[in-house]
Amino acid sequence: MSPPAILVAILGLVGLWLPLVQFKPNRIAAGDSLTLAAALEAGWPVALGLAAVLILGCLRYWSPRLRIVAAALGIAVLVLSLGAAASQLVGPDNKLARVSPASGFWLMLLAFSLMWADGVTRMRPSLRASWLMLAGALAQVAALLLSGQLADVSVMRELAARQDTFAHEARAHLILAFGSLGLALLAGLPLGIAIYQAPRWRGPVLAVLNVLQTIPSLALFGIMIPILGWIAATLPGAGRLGVSGIGMFPALVALFLYSLLPVVSNTLSGLAGVPATARDAAAGLGMTRAQMMFQILLPLGLPALLAAVRIVLVQNIGLTVIAGLIGGGGFGTFVFQGLNQTAMDLVLLGALPTIALALVSGIVMGLLVDQSRATRGQA
Amino acid sequence: MIGRLLLALAAAFALAFLLSPTSFAVLFQPLTRNGAPAIYTQASLLRLTLFHLGIVALAVLISTAVALALALFVTRPVGREFLPLARTITTIGQTFPPVAVLALAVPVMGFGTGPTLVALILYGLLPVFENALAALTGQPAKVAEAARGMGLTPAQRLWQVDLPLALPLLLAGMRLTAVISLGTATIGSTVAAKTLGEVIIAGLLSSNTAYVVQGGMIVGIIAVLIHAGFQHLERRAARATGQTD
Amino acid sequence: MIELRNLTRHYGEVTAVNDVSLTVQTGQIAVLVGTSGSGKTTLLRLINRLVQPSSGQVLIDGADTASLPVHHLRRRIGYAIQGDGLFPHRTVARNIATVPRLLGWPKSRIDARIDELLALFQLEPAAFRDRMPHQLSGGQAQRVGVARALAAKPDLLLMDEPFGALDSVIRAKAQSDLRDIQRQLGTTIILVTHDIQEAVQLGDRIAVMDRGRVLQYDSPAQILTQPATPFVRDLIGPTERAFRLLSLTGIGPITMPGEAHGTPIARDATLRDALAECLWSGRDALPVQGGGIVTLDALRANAAQDRQ
Repeated sequence: MSPPAILVAILGLVGLWLPLVQFKPNRIAAGDSLTLAAALEAGWPVALGLAAVLILGCLRYWSPRLRIVAAALGIAVLVLSLGAAASQLVGPDNKLARVSPASGFWLMLLAFSLMWADGVTRMRPSLRASWLMLAGALAQVAALLLSGQLADVSVMRELAARQDTFAHEARAHLILAFGSLGLALLAGLPLGIAIYQAPRWRGPVLAVLNVLQTIPSLALFGIMIPILGWIAATLPGAGRLGVSGIGMFPALVALFLYSLLPVVSNTLSGLAGVPATARDAAAGLGMTRAQMMFQILLPLGLPALLAAVRIVLVQNIGLTVIAGLIGGGGFGTFVFQGLNQTAMDLVLLGALPTIALALVSGIVMGLLVDQSRATRGQA
Repeated sequence: MIGRLLLALAAAFALAFLLSPTSFAVLFQPLTRNGAPAIYTQASLLRLTLFHLGIVALAVLISTAVALALALFVTRPVGREFLPLARTITTIGQTFPPVAVLALAVPVMGFGTGPTLVALILYGLLPVFENALAALTGQPAKVAEAARGMGLTPAQRLWQVDLPLALPLLLAGMRLTAVISLGTATIGSTVAAKTLGEVIIAGLLSSNTAYVVQGGMIVGIIAVLIHAGFQHLERRAARATGQTD
Repeated sequence: MIELRNLTRHYGEVTAVNDVSLTVQTGQIAVLVGTSGSGKTTLLRLINRLVQPSSGQVLIDGADTASLPVHHLRRRIGYAIQGDGLFPHRTVARNIATVPRLLGWPKSRIDARIDELLALFQLEPAAFRDRMPHQLSGGQAQRVGVARALAAKPDLLLMDEPFGALDSVIRAKAQSDLRDIQRQLGTTIILVTHDIQEAVQLGDRIAVMDRGRVLQYDSPAQILTQPATPFVRDLIGPTERAFRLLSLTGIGPITMPGEAHGTPIARDATLRDALAECLWSGRDALPVQGGGIVTLDALRANAAQDRQ
C-alpha cells in the first residue's frame, strides 16, 4: 500500500459521495445537488469504475507511468461525466436551466490531479519527458474543451454567450501580464546591473522597491488613476504617448511597479552568485568590464533571472484580476461582475482561465529555469 | 538607525491617524474633488484596522500551525513517503492567484469574512510549509548524527534540536505569509469582508482618491512594521541558535 | 625577463605588499612562498594589475607595463588559479579559447591550438573538447585551467595555488607534469604556494614572504642551507631540510664505479631516494641501473659538503 495513494483514494471516494453537480431550473431558483451516480443515466457503472481506479491505485506495485495514465483517464471521465450530466439534466432547447460543477466534482478533480502529481514526482522525469507530459496535458484539456461535450455546463454557456468579450478580455489580460513583465525587464535589468556595479546604491534602491511592494495591490491600482490622469492632463505630449488615467494604462503601470522588486533583486543575486573564481579568472585573462558582464556574469546569472521572470509572470497574471475592478480589463472583469451579480458561473469564467494561465506559465518557466541550470552544471 | 527612526515615526503617525482621523482632514483635502469628504467616516477606521489585523493574525496563526504540523509529519519516518509529493504541491500551489482563490471560496462559503479567512489560510500555508520544510530537511547531517549519537529520543531531538534550529526560517515564512495576507485581505472587501479594503473600494467607487490613499497608507505602514518586526525576531532567533547570517 | 621594482600596496593602514623588488629570468620558475596573509597572492595580482600598485613598477623585458591598458596586459600574461576558475557555462574548448578569441585569432588557428594544448596535457582532444567543466575530475579541471592560461602563448604565466584543490597523489603528478611542460615550452612562471615542499620541487628561485616583505630570494639550495632569517628557517622546518636538500640533487654526481648487491636504483633517482633505499633495505651500497654504485658514505659526505 502506498500512503499518498491512500490519501488520493479517500479524497476521491468522498468526492464520489458528494454531489457532482448543482442543477437549477433557472438562475435564481434554489438548486438541486446530485451525485455522479444519480446525475448520469449510466451513473453507477461510471462511479464504480472511478472508485475501482482510486482503490486499485493504492497498490504499491503500480508504476508511476500507470498512475499518470490512470489519473489522465480519470480526469477525462470526470469532465466528460460533468458534460453528459449537464446535457441530460438540462435537455435540449432549455435556455434557463443551469448546471454547475459542485463540491464532489472539485474534490475528485483534486484527487486525480494529486494522483497525477504523485506519478510525475515518483517518475522523476527528464526535462524532455517533462515537456512532453506538459504538452500532453495541454492537448488533453484542449481536446475536452473543443469536443463540445461540455457545452451545457453553465460556465461554458456563459462563455458561449460572451465569446467576443471573452476574447477581448483574454487579450487584455495577456497584454497586461506580459506587457508589464516586459517593461519591468527593460527597466529592472539595467537597474539590477547598475546596483551590482555600485554596491553603495543597493540598500536604498532595494528599500524603495520593498516599500513599493508593501502598498496593497488594490490601493496601488487605485492611486494610479488620479496620478496618471493628472500627468496626462498637465504634461504636454504625455497623452499622445499613451499615458492616461483610465482604461488599461493605470493597471499596466501598477503591475510594472510591483514587478520591479523581483526583477532587480534577482538580477542582483544572480550576478552576485557567480563563483568568485570565474569572475577572478575572467578579469585575470584580460576581459574588459563589458566582456565580463555579457560573456560571464549575465550568462551565469541567467537561471536566477529566469526565476525572477517566473515569479513576476505568475504574480502578474494573478494581480491582473484586480485590473477588472478599476476598468482595466482582463479576466477580472468577469470575476467582479460575477461577484456583484452573485453569478458564480461568471466568477468561474474569470477565475478558471486565470488559474490555468498562471499554472501553465509557472510550469513552463520552472522547466526553463531547470533547463538553464542543467546546461550550467548547477543542477 | 535612520531606518528605526523612520519606522517609529511611521508607527506614531499611523496610530495618531487611527485615533483621531478627522484631525488629519487637512492633509487629505487636496486629494478630493467637488467638496467630497476627505476622511472615511462610514465606519470607524480604527475598528476596520482591528478587524483587518484580527483576520490576518488568525489566518497566519492557523496556517502556521497547520503548515508546521504537516512539515513535521512529512519529515518523520511515518510521513516520509509524502515528502516528494508535498514539495510538488507546494511549488504548484503557489502559482494559484490569491484573488482567484478568494473568488472561488465565495460559492462554497458565501459572502463575508469567511471566504477571506479561508483563502488567506490556504494561501498562507504554502510559504510557511516551504520554509519549515527547508529548515527541517536542510539541517547539517552532522547535527542529526550527533543528536542521535548522544542518545536523544526522537521527541527530545524534535524539541531540543530540530525546532530551535528551524525557528529563524519558520519566522521568515510567517513574515512572507503575514505581508501577503495583509495585502490580500484588502481584496477581501470585494466579497464584503470587513477590512481596510472597504475604504479603498469606497474610494474607487466614488472616485475619491483621499479614501484610496488613506486605506492604502494604513495597510502599507502596518505591512512595513510587521515586516521589520519579524525580521528583528528572525535575527534574534538566528543569533540565539548561533546561525548568524 | 620580468622585473618587479619597489612594488607596494596599501589597504588603508595595512601594507599588504611592502617595497618588493625581484627579477625573474626568462624560462625560469619563481615561487612565492609564505604563510596566509603574507602578501604573496597580492604580489602576484599586482603583476597583472588585478590589484593596482600603490607605488612601484612591473617591467616585462625592460618595458614598463603601467602604460598598457589593463586588459591588453592581462591577455599577454597567463593566469591560473586554485580550484581552476573554469567558466561553468562553457565547454572545455570554449574555455581554452577564451584569450585567443579576445585577441581575435582566426578560428582554424584557435581550433588547432586547443587540440595541441589538450594533447600536451594528456587530455584526448576528441573526448574532452566538448565536455562541460562539471563533467571533469579535479585533476582534469586543473589541467584545463592551466591550458587555458597558456592558450595565447603568454610571455609569463601567473599561478595562484594551482594545485591547492588536488589530493596529494594527483598533486605530485600535476607538479611533475607542470615542470615537464614548462621545460618544453620555456615559459616563465611565477607561482604562489604555502607549501614549502612544492616550492623546493618546482622553483628555480624561491621568494619567502612574510608580512608583505620578501625575506629571501634565492635558489632552493641556498634557501635550505643558508636561511636568511629565523622565520625562513622555521618555514623550511629544521628537521626536514636535510631531506628536502637531498631531494634537489640527482644521484649522478656521487655515482662511482663498483659492484653492489640487491635491487638496483633508477639512474634519475634523487639522493633522497637513494638514502631511503639504503635505510630501508639495510644496505651500505646500492647498484645503479646501467652500472656503478651509490654508497651511504658518499651520501653522508655530500650532505656534509652542502652544509658548508
